[in-house]
Amino acid sequence: MAESEIKSYNINFGPQHPAAHGVLRLVLEMSGEVVDRADPHIGLLHRGTEKLIEHKTYVQAIGYFDRLDYSSPQNQEHAFALGVEKLMGLEVPVRGQAIRVLYAEIGRLLNHLMNICAFALDVGAMTPMLWGFEHREKLMEFCERACGARMHMHYFRPGGVAFDVPQDLLDDIYAWCPDFLTILDDVETLLTENRIFKQRTVDIGIISAEQCQDWGITGANIRASGVAWDLRKSQPYDGYEKYDFQIPVGKNGDCYDRYIVRMLEMRESVKIMQQAIENMPGGPAKSIDHKVTPPTRGEMKHSMEALIHHFKLYTEGFKVPAGETYTAVEAPKGEFAVYLISDGTNKPYRCKIRAPGFASLQATELLSKGHMLADVVANIGSVDIVFGEIDR
Amino acid sequence: MDQALTELGDYISDTLGDVVIAKDGRLGELCLTVKREGILKILKFLRDDANCQFTTLLDICGVDFPEEDERFEVVYHLLSMTHNQRIRLKLRTDEDTPVDSATSLFNAANWWEREAWDMFGIAFDDHPDLRRILTDYGFEGHPLRKDFPLTGYVELRYDDEQKRVVYEPVKLTQEFRTFDFLSPWEGVQRMLPGDEKAEGADEDAPEKEAS
Repeated sequence: MAESEIKSYNINFGPQHPAAHGVLRLVLEMSGEVVDRADPHIGLLHRGTEKLIEHKTYVQAIGYFDRLDYSSPQNQEHAFALGVEKLMGLEVPVRGQAIRVLYAEIGRLLNHLMNICAFALDVGAMTPMLWGFEHREKLMEFCERACGARMHMHYFRPGGVAFDVPQDLLDDIYAWCPDFLTILDDVETLLTENRIFKQRTVDIGIISAEQCQDWGITGANIRASGVAWDLRKSQPYDGYEKYDFQIPVGKNGDCYDRYIVRMLEMRESVKIMQQAIENMPGGPAKSIDHKVTPPTRGEMKHSMEALIHHFKLYTEGFKVPAGETYTAVEAPKGEFAVYLISDGTNKPYRCKIRAPGFASLQATELLSKGHMLADVVANIGSVDIVFGEIDR
Repeated sequence: MDQALTELGDYISDTLGDVVIAKDGRLGELCLTVKREGILKILKFLRDDANCQFTTLLDICGVDFPEEDERFEVVYHLLSMTHNQRIRLKLRTDEDTPVDSATSLFNAANWWEREAWDMFGIAFDDHPDLRRILTDYGFEGHPLRKDFPLTGYVELRYDDEQKRVVYEPVKLTQEFRTFDFLSPWEGVQRMLPGDEKAEGADEDAPEKEAS
């Protein structure tokens, strides 16, 4: 048989491909079925969030953070709220902090459920999606009961949270936790030792710890490469130092380890949620400084000052002293940070959003080079990307 | 700013005194203003020095101050996982002067610099692939500049006759509204018109009065 020359050719992967996790257009240069070069074209979901935030007051800007990484909106809001509080030197009451921790962990569960289930679907397992999303729905109901919105909560405000949570909601979340752990067990029986799943993920898309640092990859991805780096432990915020939880760390930095780390992280998140509810302190859920947080409806009925505060807050907003801060939180996808510059007015002068997925996606070529086309799908699924935050 | 960070700031500015222009530790965050030409030198030092080990470049972004001579500020955020420290570097540039690209030191810099180019038009020297990244193919202008209008210049529409998406100049059905909340009563100078004459011919008298 005569040897035929294999020509390299290009494949356009996406932007409307179910495994592209949104609107990724990936231009792949292939030689045969092996990837030579991968060039992600992003920006198809670019909405100019940073520009819009420059034209909104600080509280109005929170809504844009929900719409960045729409699978875990709470964690984005968290970074912005912490940044504004840092600039203003604002104290958050302990109850507000505990509620934030509770909902930040709910956000983490929402994200990891979405990621693992979609990832499993990408590599051929359908059932986790059906089981996981049932519980994702329950979590979204908890969000709805706290603030009225299932997804885009607009809940973490500078100074605390928008509304206090009722006790029966806390009881229901607490009762839900053990149920959820059994579902995690079930999902693990489907995936963790599954031959097909392992063939698709083990030793695929390996990144070393040094490469992770070089490419700016953080979060579960770097932990899967063996670096025990978690901002909740190393630079704790909102009282994370009071909670007892472990940081799961992987060994090989491949797709399988990234999956395992996320699975274990969900169990740790449940632990944190249980502790937050068990030790839920009393008191106000938001700062009582009504120059920043709105007064209650009841107060406004008889207090002139409360009425003025309300009017000022919902027209002008509050002014933030001039300064700049880089505030980071451990979002489910990695280090999500806000670089906020205030010029002393009621609107941010500049609000740079550091999206963890941006850095992870940049390494696509590194991950996929020399792998098969089908492994590109596994890689994209395992590094956990959502285009809302990458394109901003 | 805590002790370790202060010492780190002193250590860096002592070692690289020719590059570091200013040092700032407000809100507990170490921020160094550096010379534009020295950025690669300091980045390499921060990455490789045993006392620094800022091996992760988290972010590069631009900031626009249109009223100043060198209108753009390029801000670098680095993280040292070994020492659990963060640092911020800043430098100034204008529309024409390129900044040395950090891609040779950090692979992460690639996309962040493309974004800064796309959003602000800050050019980077020796960047392997300085294309637009977030905006549309064929987009004109740099949207995060302060003089770029929020509404932009063009809008998209699907044209049924041509069977494709077409660009058109943006048309607003309602006038664009911005509200100025800077109160005229704050920061007012306690000086009545005509008062400056009482001070004689002294030019800077009103400023003295205000302070």
